Amino acid sequence: MGILKKRVNEFPTPYTCTRAIREGGLETKLSMVLMGLGNIVHGQIVKGLLYLAVEAAYIVFMVLTGAHCLAMLPSLGSVAQEEVWDETLQIYTYTKGDQSVLILLFGVATVIITFLMVCAWRGALRSAYKAECLAKEGKHVNNFVEDVKSLLHENLHRLLMTPPMFFIGAFTILPLIFMICMAFTNYSKIDSHLMLFDWVGLDNFRALFDSTSILGSTFWSVLGWTLVWAFFATFSNYIFGMIVSLLINRKGTRAKGFWRFCFVLSCAVPMFVSLLIMRTMLQPEGAINVLLRNLGLIAQDASLPFFTDPTWARVTVIVVNIWVGVPYTLLQLTGVLQNIPAELYEAAKVDGANALQIFTRITLPYMLYVTTPYLIVTFTGKVNNFNVIYLLSGGDPVTDLSSTAGKTDLLVTWLYKLTVDKQYYNIGAVIGILTFVILAVGALLTYRNTKSYKEEGGF
Amino acid sequence: MAGKKIQSAKRRRFINNSIVHVILAILAAIWVFPIVWVVLTSFRAEQGSYVSTFFPQSYTLDNYIRLFTDTTILNFPKMFMNTLFIAVCSCILSTFYVLAVSYCLSRLRFRLRKPYMNMAMILGLFPGFMSMIAVYFILKAIGLTEGNLIKLALILVYSGGAALSFQIAKGFFDTVPFAVDEAALLDGCTRWQIFTKITLPLSKPIVIYTVLTSFMAPWLDFIFAKVICRANSDQYTIAIGLWNMLQKEYIDNWYTCFAAGAVLISIPIAALFLYMQRYYVDGLSGAVKG
Repeated sequence: MGILKKRVNEFPTPYTCTRAIREGGLETKLSMVLMGLGNIVHGQIVKGLLYLAVEAAYIVFMVLTGAHCLAMLPSLGSVAQEEVWDETLQIYTYTKGDQSVLILLFGVATVIITFLMVCAWRGALRSAYKAECLAKEGKHVNNFVEDVKSLLHENLHRLLMTPPMFFIGAFTILPLIFMICMAFTNYSKIDSHLMLFDWVGLDNFRALFDSTSILGSTFWSVLGWTLVWAFFATFSNYIFGMIVSLLINRKGTRAKGFWRFCFVLSCAVPMFVSLLIMRTMLQPEGAINVLLRNLGLIAQDASLPFFTDPTWARVTVIVVNIWVGVPYTLLQLTGVLQNIPAELYEAAKVDGANALQIFTRITLPYMLYVTTPYLIVTFTGKVNNFNVIYLLSGGDPVTDLSSTAGKTDLLVTWLYKLTVDKQYYNIGAVIGILTFVILAVGALLTYRNTKSYKEEGGF
Repeated sequence: MAGKKIQSAKRRRFINNSIVHVILAILAAIWVFPIVWVVLTSFRAEQGSYVSTFFPQSYTLDNYIRLFTDTTILNFPKMFMNTLFIAVCSCILSTFYVLAVSYCLSRLRFRLRKPYMNMAMILGLFPGFMSMIAVYFILKAIGLTEGNLIKLALILVYSGGAALSFQIAKGFFDTVPFAVDEAALLDGCTRWQIFTKITLPLSKPIVIYTVLTSFMAPWLDFIFAKVICRANSDQYTIAIGLWNMLQKEYIDNWYTCFAAGAVLISIPIAALFLYMQRYYVDGLSGAVKG
């Protein structure tokens, strides 16, 4: 069942690379060296020339820069930047040293381009073999105009998917691989490795798991709080949102639209605005404390330590998160609640069930069944929830001055602090990878155990 | 006897309803309270960040006027135009990406379909900010982090990953009956024509939803803009501007202006959001029947 089952090829085609190499004619075999030759021989001149141009462009690229980038990748550069006294100008000038970041970036990019080139090469081979087979069987071989036209019909997915894929590759996948590589280097401000750095293998992982060091103990406490936060944030929102939604949607409630509007209004305000408002309101001299003083609930010079006491701060972010998140939950659950078949409720009433029984036996199981994937997505979102913590508490209060994280810092906000503020890029990357591993394991386990996964089987 | 029973049931229902309404009123008050407060603050005449009274002593429109006239330190109109430009461009790009990818995944069957969906799920598990620094390095390497090119960089960043969040639109396209497509195919339509002339017009709600969400993203994002703009204050978007107003050096003078700016930004966003609320509900619960 599931992920590991043997993949069955849904799209069998006689024109595979192996067959092209084994059974193809001379022109097909020569296409392995000279891409597009097979197509040109069989009349697909423009297509063949395009393949040839791709090959030529790749070779030119490799000769000019690519080969150099790849060659530098193992060492990541060794020439340090140096100050040189310039006699003629009477100033110090800097010689251009190696910049390991750029070497790494271009190296990764070259690897990706090479991978794409292999794909193009396979495509050219298959295309040559197909043209050969069709020509042998005396069938029609598409000319260029027909190929372009097919992009609007049977090959529409190529036309529509290519631009988005290109941008995903450039702005999501390339940066991700780049960051993952950083986790295995000593690219950080520690020992000033910001210009030149080296591969260090698993040292960063070891440093983070070593619970005797400051970094290690910080990691475990941040991880613990992240999980606690994600759990409470997800379920407090879910349960509270469901209760509000049920209250609004029950039969006796008047002015349903008005109540819903009141809640939705707060999520119509941009989240960073409402979070910044909340932060200013909860400051020692902020509106909430002023209000409480005016009402006489606390002494005139006292203020509740919303963000200065660790426990208060942790409770505060969870409570504020309820304020931020419930309207969204409300919107999402309302539709699902309305979809529960009314017959179920009627049958339950006829059988004499009370409100609580109806809720625990019908509403809750139905909701859990339908919304489990949603809950998993929410949990993932909460673990990676940057905005709420960063804008609200900024990770404060910092009780242990030697550690780099505050008491409400999540893994992501800690990652942000480490990379942007402290410039410990390698440790940041390791934290990112570990976050991913935790989420992936959790998501896989829960996905595979839910009914909705087994029955939908979409992915 | 029977009448009494009905009466007591009626009374119980009345009491229940009253309790529910009181609870709802309290909750609604809590939820609306910060919004009321920020609106009040935006009209507050007393300057300074923290004051000792909850309600303003006197009201004024100066905060709004100052927001648009005092452009020496924080140029609000310029930030507004920057954000608008970025939002329009990235909206066009991301809408195209999302709709195209969703349509392909929903209607067409090709070899990379499942790998693509799995890849999107895996990429979604990585913390978004992990690659932020790397994105900055890439943009720097291709020279997009100076001057007006920053706008282009932001457009690319906002629209670049859009195609990974296809789930809602795909779910919607799935509910449009396949029979319509087949009929069109028999009549000699190409797939492209089906997409543009049949599926899109039938899916107006999700098109509107996609346009609005992608239009709103640049107004709401704050971290990417901050990392990419760095010190180029003439390229700032609204979100960075508002955030800056709450920094130590500005907060005393700009606090009430921050409230005014927040209100101004919230009005269009709130209007768009309330407008697309029903699409939001429909899209997520899959309740739309084709």
